[in-house]
Amino acid sequence: MDLFIDIITGLCFFIGSLSIIIGACGLIKLPDVFSRIHAAGMIDTGGTAFFLLGMILQTGWSLITVKLILIGVFVFFTSPVTSHVTANLARKKNLMPVGKKIGKLL
Amino acid sequence: MKSISLFVILLGLWLLMSGHYSFLITSLGVLSCAFCVYVARRAKLIDKEGLPLFFFPRLFNYLIWLFKEIFISNLNTAKVIISGKIEPETFTVKASQSTDVAKVTYANSITLTPGTVTTKIKDNMFEVHALNSDFGNDVRSNVMDKKVKWLEGDQ
Repeated sequence: MDLFIDIITGLCFFIGSLSIIIGACGLIKLPDVFSRIHAAGMIDTGGTAFFLLGMILQTGWSLITVKLILIGVFVFFTSPVTSHVTANLARKKNLMPVGKKIGKLL
Repeated sequence: MKSISLFVILLGLWLLMSGHYSFLITSLGVLSCAFCVYVARRAKLIDKEGLPLFFFPRLFNYLIWLFKEIFISNLNTAKVIISGKIEPETFTVKASQSTDVAKVTYANSITLTPGTVTTKIKDNMFEVHALNSDFGNDVRSNVMDKKVKWLEGDQ
């Protein structure tokens, strides 16, 4: 059973690191600010979620589990706010995104 | 009523975070929670927006759906970044929620799923930037909008 949990934990860490690496590649590769925010969002959600899941599996049921879940909750509430602030500031400075624009923008 | 529920939530959080349950420390915790509620009352922070209790009954179902959605769009974003086939598009969508909290939840959910970001908000129109027309169609199909409307209930 211990071995099984260890394997699942390793898998979670692997997927988490993979999504962080792909997100980092995206940060360099994508063309403009708005597209790069998507890559950062991938690191925020996929990376942290899988790492926290792996750590939760290792701790079992204790107070530390609750604290790890709370870290997840706070990251999930704050990361979209920072993404939105970055995108909104770029739009306020009249930076137009690359690519198609459908309809009248605000 | 709202003050009592805020007190219960704060006390629960305190008990989970502290891990020490001797009489002195617990009574200090209860006192500090009561003080926080007093300060929040004085600053008139306890209203529908500060403590959206009407969200809680349906929040669990919504979160499970949101996690599933985030996982799927994470996979798709990874595919797009690796293959390099990006066609960014910007468009506006209408939010049908009536309360501000629900609108914020909707905008946050759009931003939280990788591949779509809310860039501007004006009244009940959102300007959304999507990495690909598939992500754009996901938002334009208004599935998430309806889910948040359901989460809000009849307000």
